[in-house]
Amino acid sequence: MASRLMALWDWFDARMPSVAEEFRKHMAEYYAPKNFNFWYFFGALSILLLAIQIVSGIFLTMNYKPDANLAFGSVEYIMRDVPGGWLIRYIHSTGGSAFFAVIYLHMFRGLLYGSYKQPRELIWIFGVLIYLTLMAEAFLGYLLPWGQMSYWGAQVIVNLFAVIPFIGPDLALWIRGDYVVGDATLNRFFALHVIAVPLVLLGLVAAHILALHDVGSNNPDGIEIKKMKGPDGHPLDGIPFHPYYTVKDIAGAVLFMMVFCAIMFFVPEMGGYFLEYNNFIPADPLKTPAHIAPLWYFTPFYSILRAVPPMFNSQFPGVALFGLSTMILFLLPWLDRSPVKSIRYRGVLFKSAVATFVITFLVLGYLGTEPVTVWGQFGAWLGYADVATVAARVFTLLYFAFFILMPWYTAIDKTKPVPERVTM
Amino acid sequence: MSEKKIDNTRRNLIVATTAVAGLAGTGVAIPFAWSWWPSERAKAAGGPVEADISTLAPGELQVVEWRGKPVWIMRRTKEMLEGVRKSDDKVTDPKSEVAAQPDYAKNENRSIKPEFLVLVGICSHLGCSPQQKTSDAKAEMGADWAGGFLCACHGSKFDLAGRVYKGAPAPINLEVPPHTYLSDTRLLIGEDKKEA
Repeated sequence: MASRLMALWDWFDARMPSVAEEFRKHMAEYYAPKNFNFWYFFGALSILLLAIQIVSGIFLTMNYKPDANLAFGSVEYIMRDVPGGWLIRYIHSTGGSAFFAVIYLHMFRGLLYGSYKQPRELIWIFGVLIYLTLMAEAFLGYLLPWGQMSYWGAQVIVNLFAVIPFIGPDLALWIRGDYVVGDATLNRFFALHVIAVPLVLLGLVAAHILALHDVGSNNPDGIEIKKMKGPDGHPLDGIPFHPYYTVKDIAGAVLFMMVFCAIMFFVPEMGGYFLEYNNFIPADPLKTPAHIAPLWYFTPFYSILRAVPPMFNSQFPGVALFGLSTMILFLLPWLDRSPVKSIRYRGVLFKSAVATFVITFLVLGYLGTEPVTVWGQFGAWLGYADVATVAARVFTLLYFAFFILMPWYTAIDKTKPVPERVTM
Repeated sequence: MSEKKIDNTRRNLIVATTAVAGLAGTGVAIPFAWSWWPSERAKAAGGPVEADISTLAPGELQVVEWRGKPVWIMRRTKEMLEGVRKSDDKVTDPKSEVAAQPDYAKNENRSIKPEFLVLVGICSHLGCSPQQKTSDAKAEMGADWAGGFLCACHGSKFDLAGRVYKGAPAPINLEVPPHTYLSDTRLLIGEDKKEA
């Protein structure tokens, strides 16, 4: 039997040797630094989540109806009548939030260890593109259940385009395909969500990984392991990705799936953070919910949008800053002037900047989930301004300060000497 | 590589064919982008709607749907119109300088007939639908509240002419849709008065 199988493989390999070749190049002989830690799980986990979302998504389309009159009912039908339908939907909804959690941790890892720095700028750029595409994918998908939050969330976001000077109103009309968010909008969002954007996403993921495998992985010490090679020509501090990191990542995936399943089975709505309560009410174009908040992964940026007051009778400055808050990520490799990559060898300035940024991001994220009145109002001395609005303005400034001041504080920051070989 | 001389004829051919292919690609994208404009059916459904205002009591608000948006028709009382005068210094754009209304509604009451207010009930901020707050809601809206509308999404306040209060996130006044009176009791929303 075994020799039969070997013969079959030899037959295959003789006709298509590139399979074994690519496996060697990207797995068995891809040398990754041996000092990967906890933070290095999240890249593999995001691939896992991409697979989970694609499979669960395909099965959801089998019962979902992209029609303004039928969509809400078809989701309820999936939840109540389709065998296991509730499970597939909860896999997909939990998967969406988990995807962003994992991506945020993955990006934060890059920030900690300077993984975006030369020669990995392209990997970072593809990564930011993946992140933006993922945001588009999440936004498009959120309209599909056709609940109140789906509807009004889409209304608010499409109206962001309407404030662009000159072309805005026509652009918003073109995106909606109707004078309001309606059946035409739902139908095209469905097409984009299930096929167009996922295809783009897959292409970008391929580019991200290929670019990574060309220059090699960074590591917690921020050392180029390719500089120190053994007599066999392989990096002294590198180990083959397969089997070492495939096994490590599988262990991580098992742990992750335990958390994932616990959420999916016991708290799939996550107290309104993963599935908002208002979205269990069918979309009603004539009645806005009292409080509109996006899902948690958009709220830091939503806070920035809300924080900027209108200027020149236009909402555009807020929308522009909202866009800039994500676009500025592209510039990170060139804003960071530090001679070292990893936070381990950086000084107190960078460490405090990162700590402030984390707090800023979390506070903005929290404020975005709440109405602006959540922290009450100031007294007459500040014109009864909402405390939360003022706080959001302060933290918006801090958010941008992290990036804009980066060339300065990374350049003057005291760094420690970086060792020749990785530490464990 | 670098020792080879560049054959400019071939190089130009590549540039030219690439440019043509790019143009062709853009051309192919046009029909697809075109298909995103509102369909004939959507345009027909977005046509003007008629409203009967004969039964509207003073102070009452009627909502009709036009292009899927709520349109408010409000019959304002004398006191309400006086309240509008009083809020002149509290609103951002008391004279309706910003074009959020047709020219025939660019006046102190933002209406054709002073009594009848016609507004698109969608906040100029981010498209939520504000709620009516009568002058009885002083406890919530402040002691000098003379009636108006509150957008619960982001807290914008509007007076009974749809003018936005200072300090609100909404940048401009509520929109007055094109409308015309077919008779004293019939209002057509979505179309300006036809030139005779």
